[in-house]
Amino acid sequence: MREITYLEAVREAMQEEMRANPDVFLMGEDIGVYGGAFGVSRGMIEEFGPERIRNTPISEAAIAGAAVGAAMTGMRPIIELQFSDFITIAADQLINQAAKNRYMFGGKGKVPFVLRTPAGSGTGAAAQHSQSLEAWMAHIPGLKVVQPSTAYDAKGLLKAAIDDDNPVIFYEHKLCYRTKDHVPEGSYSIPLGKADIKREGTDVTIVATAIMVHKALQAAVELEKEGISVEIVDPRTIVPLDEETIVNSVKKTGRLVVVHEAVKRGGFGGEIASMIAESEAFDYLDAPIKRLGGLPIPIPYNPILEKAAIPQEEDIILAVKETLNRV
Amino acid sequence: MIDSVLQNDKKITEEKLQELLHQMWLIRFFDEKVDEFFAKGLIHGTTHLCVGQEATAAGAIAVLEERDKITSTHRGHGHCIAKGADVKRMMAELFGRVTGYCKGKGGSMHIADLDKGNLGANGIVGGGIPIAVGAALTSQMKKLGYVTISFFGDGATNEGSFHEAINMASIWKLPVIFFCENNQYGMSGPVKEMVNIVNIADRAKSYGIPGVVVDGNDIFTVMKVTAEAVERARNGEGPTLIEAKTYRWKGHSKSDGKKYRTREEEMEWRTRRDPIARMEKVLIEEGILNEEQARSIEQRAKQDIEDAVKFAENSPMPSLDSLLEDVYA
Repeated sequence: MREITYLEAVREAMQEEMRANPDVFLMGEDIGVYGGAFGVSRGMIEEFGPERIRNTPISEAAIAGAAVGAAMTGMRPIIELQFSDFITIAADQLINQAAKNRYMFGGKGKVPFVLRTPAGSGTGAAAQHSQSLEAWMAHIPGLKVVQPSTAYDAKGLLKAAIDDDNPVIFYEHKLCYRTKDHVPEGSYSIPLGKADIKREGTDVTIVATAIMVHKALQAAVELEKEGISVEIVDPRTIVPLDEETIVNSVKKTGRLVVVHEAVKRGGFGGEIASMIAESEAFDYLDAPIKRLGGLPIPIPYNPILEKAAIPQEEDIILAVKETLNRV
Repeated sequence: MIDSVLQNDKKITEEKLQELLHQMWLIRFFDEKVDEFFAKGLIHGTTHLCVGQEATAAGAIAVLEERDKITSTHRGHGHCIAKGADVKRMMAELFGRVTGYCKGKGGSMHIADLDKGNLGANGIVGGGIPIAVGAALTSQMKKLGYVTISFFGDGATNEGSFHEAINMASIWKLPVIFFCENNQYGMSGPVKEMVNIVNIADRAKSYGIPGVVVDGNDIFTVMKVTAEAVERARNGEGPTLIEAKTYRWKGHSKSDGKKYRTREEEMEWRTRRDPIARMEKVLIEEGILNEEQARSIEQRAKQDIEDAVKFAENSPMPSLDSLLEDVYA
């Protein structure tokens, strides 16, 4: 099977959906001739034209709000915010409008749109362009939150997100954009709410999201050399969350390490740890749950500091060993 | 003015004008009843009444077609009624009953009536403005030909969402009308202390679209100006900003002592500029109805609201089973 990058997979999902359904269109800043801040929509304006690849002014609230209004009236907009940090500027429309709309209006109508946005650190863009705010979005009933880690997942999940009748926040990790993966040419979709076991193992479960899946996979290779067998579960969507797969994995291994890039305090890892503590898997635990996340600081500019702000492969290795009492 | 309304728009018949008078009474009696029940503790939460502003909702929406859409505000009962909502279901919603528009989950600030093209009231100042732009975008992209009116207050024009939305609609020439109901106060903030220009409509200049000031308590002027904006929008000429100068007779919401304005000012608007009395006077002068018919229209509206109250009181409360329903489609 051919290999394409995560970035190309996202683009391909949009192209396939736009070819299949005239109600789907893309809206955002510089997504036209420029091709988007990270080049995700490069070339799409040639195929679909400026009506459907709709360049907007720099107006995040209007972009998100127009997506809500268009979605309520029969379109299926995809909107791109250049950096996930800018969700803060669109927050009213996402949190107070899109997420509440269906429930507060008594179940009438639907708001099917996807907000795509690059998240995470590692590019030297510092504090206002590097945040991981997914826990904030996950906290809001009415939104769905997707975090693909591979090109294969990105294509399949984006297609499912576009087909979903609810507002979906689709986080694309910037450092994943250039990663390559086997991706089928045909149409396929991955249901939201279905975790993927990225690696099978027996000694310890690592639940990792986005770029941390890759770091965990590297850590697992190192740990294997020491005879430690790691299972890696990638939830892929944190809302809805596939609790069953995580619980079953922990029941099998008896140990859990949760790792994400977002600040540990108030992060989604706490949710996963609590979910396990409240589940039948608690009785299977042979060690305390370990939780790894970003330090409680804005992401610094200096590359050494930037790297130190978030969990790295060696941190994951250490955490796994701690759960096994093998430090 | 009434002649020009009747001449300009063949759809506005004498019968329609009588209906509009009935509608304004419905709006007034609805909100006065809500006020009364609120004081008695029969309606909970909070509510924002549009007594005194009946001509903007009824007048602007009168020139729309059924397929056209609106977005509304937290002071939205009038828009909702004018767009064709059933006052029974509205009252039931305020009573938190399952027969309400939102099954008792939305309340006063969150009534939507999608079947009638009402995309929703809004608890966030300025929140509905970008949504109206999105609805207009659908109309343009699917060539559906409908127009969307976004209602908002003077306070909303100081929100970023107003400026972002109006700019976006202007550059794309979307079929949307930005309708500012300037009722002189954003909560307790007098508009003249919050805006350094006399007319909010002047803000249209920044976006290259027409801005029109209109007497918001004169339904005929509101209809005429809105009809022109609707025509522009339908012809693909883009948005218009309409500023209707009006006044809310009641406070912002409950427990508003109205210390920020004078009794004299209130009386001036109530006695000399009452939009319903003004319309009724014109209709009688023009021979469209007589005094007796006028009283009968008023009585009918009063009875409609009494019926709505009965319907609401006799409707069941939602069951706890519905608590988790409708978060996701």
